[in-house]
Amino acid sequence: MEETLRDLIGRVKRGSLSRRGFVKRVAALGLTAPMATQLLAVTGAAPAAAQSVPAYAPTRRGGGALRILYWQASTLLNPHFAVGTTNQDSSRVFYEPLAGWATDGTLHPVLAAEIPSVENGGLSPDGRSVTWKLKRGVKWHDGQDFSADDVVFTAAYSRNPQVGATTSGSYQGLNVVKVDDYTVRVEFERPTPFWADAFVATAGVIIPRHLFANFNGPNSRDAPTNLRPVGTGAYRFVSFAPGDTLRAEANPNYHKPNRPFFDTVEIKGGGDAVSAARAVLQTADFDYAWNLQVEDEILQRLEAAGRGKVNIVEGGNIEFIQLNATDPNVEVNGERSSITTQHPAFRDPAVRQAMALLVDRESISRFIYGRGGPATPNFLNNPPRFRSPNMRMEFNVARANEILDRAGWARGQGGIRQKDGVRLRFVFQTSVNAPRQRTQQIIRQAAQRAGIEIELKTVTASVFFSSDVANPDTFTKFYADMQMYTTTMTQADPQRFMNQYVSWEISSRANSWQGRNIVRWRNEEYDRIFREAEGELDPVKRAALFIRMNDLIVGSNHIIPIVQRPLVSASLNNLRPVLSAWDSTVWLLSDWWREG
Amino acid sequence: MTSYLIRRLLLMIPSILGISVVLFTVLAMAPGDPFEELATNPAVPPEVRANLRASLGLDDPIHIRYVNWLFAMLKGDWGFSFVSRIPVDDLILQRLPVTIAVIGASQVLALLVALPVGIYAATRPYSIFDQIANTLAFVGFSLPTFFTGLLLILLFSIHLDWFPFVYRTQLDSTGWQWWWDQFRQSIMPVTVLGLFQGAALVRFVRSAVLDVIRLDHVTTARAKGIPERAVITRHVVRNAMIPVVTLVALQMPIIFGGAIVTEQIFRVPGIGSLLISAVLSNDTPVIMAVTFVFACLVILFNLIADLLYGWLDPRISYR
Repeated sequence: MEETLRDLIGRVKRGSLSRRGFVKRVAALGLTAPMATQLLAVTGAAPAAAQSVPAYAPTRRGGGALRILYWQASTLLNPHFAVGTTNQDSSRVFYEPLAGWATDGTLHPVLAAEIPSVENGGLSPDGRSVTWKLKRGVKWHDGQDFSADDVVFTAAYSRNPQVGATTSGSYQGLNVVKVDDYTVRVEFERPTPFWADAFVATAGVIIPRHLFANFNGPNSRDAPTNLRPVGTGAYRFVSFAPGDTLRAEANPNYHKPNRPFFDTVEIKGGGDAVSAARAVLQTADFDYAWNLQVEDEILQRLEAAGRGKVNIVEGGNIEFIQLNATDPNVEVNGERSSITTQHPAFRDPAVRQAMALLVDRESISRFIYGRGGPATPNFLNNPPRFRSPNMRMEFNVARANEILDRAGWARGQGGIRQKDGVRLRFVFQTSVNAPRQRTQQIIRQAAQRAGIEIELKTVTASVFFSSDVANPDTFTKFYADMQMYTTTMTQADPQRFMNQYVSWEISSRANSWQGRNIVRWRNEEYDRIFREAEGELDPVKRAALFIRMNDLIVGSNHIIPIVQRPLVSASLNNLRPVLSAWDSTVWLLSDWWREG
Repeated sequence: MTSYLIRRLLLMIPSILGISVVLFTVLAMAPGDPFEELATNPAVPPEVRANLRASLGLDDPIHIRYVNWLFAMLKGDWGFSFVSRIPVDDLILQRLPVTIAVIGASQVLALLVALPVGIYAATRPYSIFDQIANTLAFVGFSLPTFFTGLLLILLFSIHLDWFPFVYRTQLDSTGWQWWWDQFRQSIMPVTVLGLFQGAALVRFVRSAVLDVIRLDHVTTARAKGIPERAVITRHVVRNAMIPVVTLVALQMPIIFGGAIVTEQIFRVPGIGSLLISAVLSNDTPVIMAVTFVFACLVILFNLIADLLYGWLDPRISYR
């Protein structure tokens, strides 16, 4: 298939095949239309940022006040210290990266003059360096000029261990060189196909060297700019009360024409998600409400007031079940779920397959999550060019029974199946959260009909998701047979997302349970193709590798994807926000406007 | 009196120390981790988290952390918020004005309702007015604030669209308009808190007045022909107020606690909502400071109540 694709893309490039014709032929191969257009974009056969960002219509400024509601309040305004989305977002109002991620998974230039590519000489063909051309004439809010020095300084600041920046991971294994005042080259130690991490999106916001240079060390938290940001953004700082309200006003010298539209921006924090939805959809006190993890039924009722609408932005976050590959009930040198053990029941592929058949994804999606959770057979769902066409989802109790019968799991005492002294009785844990508890119930009832007994366990979210080494109930320890949670995909590139199943990331006592492979599944082919993808520079080939990885892990049935978790927010009918699943809510606040 | 005051103040030291030890131990043993979000975020390497923990002194043994905290506190350094990375006392001071305004106003409202209603009901016990006041008082303090809060929001914000239900600290308007906006946004949280407090107080005022109204000196005053109004204000209410004043003083710290829920519902950025967000994000220094302030308030208001009692009732002497 790869050969065919490459041939087709080549024909589009040469002009002997129209783009529409390409999409049609690719559809015949089982690929979706968005996937096809993206393949064209990443291979340079189509203009990359053509339609990734909606058109900006206003021709003048002065749009009044924009009021945004977050049900979590931001507490600090240094983007490189930000823990959690709220703080990343509020500092992003003022600071900008070189480029941001549009929701279709393509890059959109902000402080960069253009997106580097092989064609424009920005990307070296060996994948070892990226050259960013910076926009000229950009000024910091205090009037100083923005230049390559600031970019180089940002990298040095973030990776300085004494600063304690939460973004430091994005600046490891690379070297940043100033070529001239408006050109910066990032050099990688190894060929790096995913080069758009440093200086891009949340981890990549550029901070002013002239204000932070004296605080690049243990005194980093004393910098006055931490609470009074000076950035290049469309809005500049007015006032900030940690945990409450952030206020900003239009930057009259912003580097894009006719922007920003609004005179002032206010971000209010605190409260709860339901009343935040109310304040936008029902009373219209606010223009936009962030991250509404609220039952869809309630949202629909509020939407009926007709003042606002719910925005759903599809990303890569996914709610899924893990079937432990190791035995949680056996201690090896004081460690449960140790990689030296095998799960007595889940080592049989028939049991795993039966479990997958017992999860009624369609019903869970329809009755519990609504628009906030479309059912999916894949672990890797977005951007569309990485979505596998090969996986199927099915809910079929009869077939599960048949498979278990055939594999020799006979019904015993109380109707529970067993084989060689192993009973199909599982502990299924998740965090305390109403939709998760309802999902647990649905799965337990179906399992019962197949002779599998499931004991439900719920753990408070603050414990379940903590990294507390002393607590046995954290999700990374996985002292249970099954567990369910949402894993987030924070970048439009799946490399960091798919490392959750490589053998060197297995969570264990040796790495204080910080490994990312929590299900503890091992597969040589997976490891090998992951390594291959890390160095594969051909975007088409690389996409194929990630699709294969998805098929391997999902096909093993050690994980059962349930529903995607798109970002749900609410805005007034006349507001035109620019949202993205791969970047901050306010990533392109400069382009938000109001109609009428 | 002075020696009594000094003795009480000295006695406060061991109790405050004891409270701080208990709070610190409980918080240190509680599950959770301020860097939880870092733990689940794949973009943050484990070394960064380890660095952060070390820089905030989280890896030291608990008794060393306590001693460090205590000495810093004695020097007036309340510690550093893990989450905001700014000093805790700044955070608390920022929240103080709003908290005092909302809680003060609600307490005034509670007294304005409770005193007249309680006194009037006591002067006509078992009358229709008394029955109605009693019933409403029962309803009032049986309904939790989160319920009445939501009820008011549904009625006045959503149905009638009279008041906003999101409290904003920095209003755009100036002059009289500012006062009007402030009034509109404060009225619901203040009413919820004030009526809850007032309902309990009504019952208390009524029984205190009933106790006094049957005493001999009241009968004597009436026999002398003093007008009923003067009898009630001068001879009854003044005496009945002694226990009421103590109760109000003792209740003050409880109100700070009770305001937490109301603050959360109406998004009032007070100390209570600071505590909630700190608990949710495991921001130990802030939790510690706020609970410690609450504990000190309890002790302080206890002392004030004792002193007031003696001042109001000269028969009580301090030794």
